Amino acid sequence: MTAATLVRRIAARRAIVFDAFVTPEGLTSWWGPEDIPILSATADVRVGGHFKVRFKTLDGLEHECTGQFLEIVTPERIVMSWRWSEGGEPEEQGAVSRVELHLRAIDTGTELTLIHAALRNETSAHSHEWGWDGALKKLIRNFAAN
Amino acid sequence: MVNNRARHLDRIFSALGDPTRRAILARLERKDGLSVSALAEPFAIKLPAVMKHLDVLSEAGLIRRSKTGRTVTVEISPDPLRGAMDWLHRYERFWSGRLDRLAAYAEKKERETRGKGG
Repeated sequence: MTAATLVRRIAARRAIVFDAFVTPEGLTSWWGPEDIPILSATADVRVGGHFKVRFKTLDGLEHECTGQFLEIVTPERIVMSWRWSEGGEPEEQGAVSRVELHLRAIDTGTELTLIHAALRNETSAHSHEWGWDGALKKLIRNFAAN
Repeated sequence: MVNNRARHLDRIFSALGDPTRRAILARLERKDGLSVSALAEPFAIKLPAVMKHLDVLSEAGLIRRSKTGRTVTVEISPDPLRGAMDWLHRYERFWSGRLDRLAAYAEKKERETRGKGG
């Protein structure tokens, strides 16, 4: 779709994947980077509730991302706002982006789709219309190759 | 200035959000440096509507227009697209390893739960 979109097929039930994404225990176990424990994780999992993850990268710098849950449909969907409250990408200080997590039940467990969108001021309906068609992808690939 | 960059990114993504504008870019990608009328030719919409789309693309910095005599030539401008792609790649990188680990963690949990007969 529009933004950074990642898909994973996971051999686990949706409820387990959902909890892994929102419970401090879950977040702590995978946020990483590899072998580096995160410093803290809190998540108030309700619409309007906040989450905050503080972690260190391999270079020793500390980062913190925070946001608010905008939509929660257990165990199918989470939409949240996202910003770097410390560290992160320097050019994105103060910019708010949007993270959507969609969990679909499949035979082997769960198909997870994560969409991280740069759009800050657009409505959800509009952001869904985006769809980058093949022509644009090709166009961008050509530029990237130059 | 940071917010300016973010706003600029918004303009790019919003400009790319329209199928006609993407088609215009795709056409320019195949044949750059077209006159406005040549560019508008394959589109079912009228010239003023095409002009409006070109305004949006131009404000987002995705195209450049230059005038020679009475002819306006349109060229694609790749840098802003690169900026937008950089943003996407940054977050693809950010999430990719994390989602792999999340998957491994959830699968371990699933096995543990099943092991307990739950």
